[in-house]
Amino acid sequence: MSTVAVRPRSDRRKGAGLGLVAWLLGVLFFLPIAWMALTSFHSEQDAATNPPSFGAALTLDGYREFFGTGGGASPWPALINSTVASVASTLFVLLLAFPAAYALSIRPVKKWTDVLFFFLSTKMLPAVAGLLPIYLFAKNTGMLDNIWLLVILYTSMNLPIAVWMMQSFLAEVPVAVIEAAKVDGARLPTILARVVAPIALPGIAATALICFIFSWNELLFARVLTGVVAETAPVFLTGFITSQGLFLAKVCAASLVISLPVLAAGFAAQDKLVQGLSLGAVK
Amino acid sequence: MTATTTAPMATTPPRTAPHPSARLRAWATRAPLLPALIFMIAVTQLPFVATLVISFFDWNALYPKARQFTGLDNYQQVLSDADLRHSVWTTVVLTVAVVLASLVLGLVLALLLDRRFRGRGVVRTLLIAPFLVVPVAAALLWKHVLYNPEYGLFNGLLHYVGGPQPDWISTTPLLAVEASLVWQWTPFMMLILLAGLQSRDQQQMEAARVDGASDWQIFRYLTLPHLRRYLELGALLGSIYIVQNFDAVFTITSGGLGTANLPYTVYQSFYQAHENGLASAAGVLVVIGSIIIATFALRVVSSLFREEAGRA
Repeated sequence: MSTVAVRPRSDRRKGAGLGLVAWLLGVLFFLPIAWMALTSFHSEQDAATNPPSFGAALTLDGYREFFGTGGGASPWPALINSTVASVASTLFVLLLAFPAAYALSIRPVKKWTDVLFFFLSTKMLPAVAGLLPIYLFAKNTGMLDNIWLLVILYTSMNLPIAVWMMQSFLAEVPVAVIEAAKVDGARLPTILARVVAPIALPGIAATALICFIFSWNELLFARVLTGVVAETAPVFLTGFITSQGLFLAKVCAASLVISLPVLAAGFAAQDKLVQGLSLGAVK
Repeated sequence: MTATTTAPMATTPPRTAPHPSARLRAWATRAPLLPALIFMIAVTQLPFVATLVISFFDWNALYPKARQFTGLDNYQQVLSDADLRHSVWTTVVLTVAVVLASLVLGLVLALLLDRRFRGRGVVRTLLIAPFLVVPVAAALLWKHVLYNPEYGLFNGLLHYVGGPQPDWISTTPLLAVEASLVWQWTPFMMLILLAGLQSRDQQQMEAARVDGASDWQIFRYLTLPHLRRYLELGALLGSIYIVQNFDAVFTITSGGLGTANLPYTVYQSFYQAHENGLASAAGVLVVIGSIIIATFALRVVSSLFREEAGRA
């Protein structure tokens, strides 16, 4: 009896202590981002002090510099290129993955798991191994520095993830509903658009957001295959690799602005993030 | 729930003789798969075959006429090249260190977040944020804003306690790259392990507690065995992504100070040195390494997958 009476109280105290530790670690992990945000609103002089000036006056100069009003290169073309590459490739991925995932989740195909694992295995092939032939191909066909080449490559990069994710979402659609639609004489495109898609919509949305993130983040292909015209936002950021005097506020503003779409997409997909990143293996 | 009862019916269609209409129906069910399958083979498999072929040629892009078949020479050169061998070693060290560190940190965070406390959702959001910073931006943040010896945040904070003012990147270059990657990948591990913790059998845990098991015993004999496959999955998926890491090495050290890993070396040997044959041979070696990891990864994924399928 006595242990039963004592235990909850000590548990509660320990629980509060561990909650505090969790808060501490959470803040510690977030600190670099918070510092980045604060620095982006400081003047370049205040950004580069030691010890750091926490309470310095706030200004939008870093953002003005980044957006090119201070005379530097404008990031807008790169941001637009990244948007085109990410949005277009995500749409293509959905168009290709949705029917494929449907076929795989309903499982009429023989050896369907083999097909599923083929998709997964392509994800494990390092991108760098195919880079040279793709570069040579692009050079010979005049596709270098063309954003649509990146669209194709990003589609292939994300298709396996999308097929796996959607397959696990579509498996949750009751077969009886699909059978009923078939009995009513609905054809496959109608079934996909009118019956399956509405039920699986949250899963499809999460898949799209994760594909968007991966495309937006990609650097290696964009760095090798684009130049002046098709440069994407991460390639634009590589312009900040070598120091250029006092430029911390500008770097922070640039990093933050370019990360914003990913942060937004990631938080929107938060609940399905694990399932997507683990290729549907973890729910 | 309805899927549970109807699925067996759907998977075993009525057995009929290979009737033309049945064959037609088989193709109709297979058709939605084909566009994706053909696209993947064309875009991912063909370039790799090309890489394999190029790896047998002595081919410098600056001297295109001197291209000739050399058999395994490129491989011999790659394997005997000290820089390249070093980059293989760097890749291994980088991957193992980052995966292990982020896995341990991720486990600690997942265990903390598995408990109920005030503001758990906020803490979870704070912890996920590092994973949602564009990798190049994260690398720039660490390089310029945190590591900078004169006005970086680390030395700024050390200043308050009168500590030393090290030049982080030049004294411990690999560690500097690793720390930034651990910061980004810990949230990923935490999310996978948290999902694992939340799929534990609550009744079993309750029963153990009633039987007087201590927290440590529950962790050691119930939680850890249950988490084993989630740990494996996190380690393997993390390895697949980190073996291929290019952004952090490229941004923080530009491959200098002995931090060049294989992806960076492959990039450099064809993009800057124009050695197509050598780059391809190195690429093939990266693939062989990945296949070894991937074989294990696929096995883990498929065992989790079969369990999910069995449960459905």
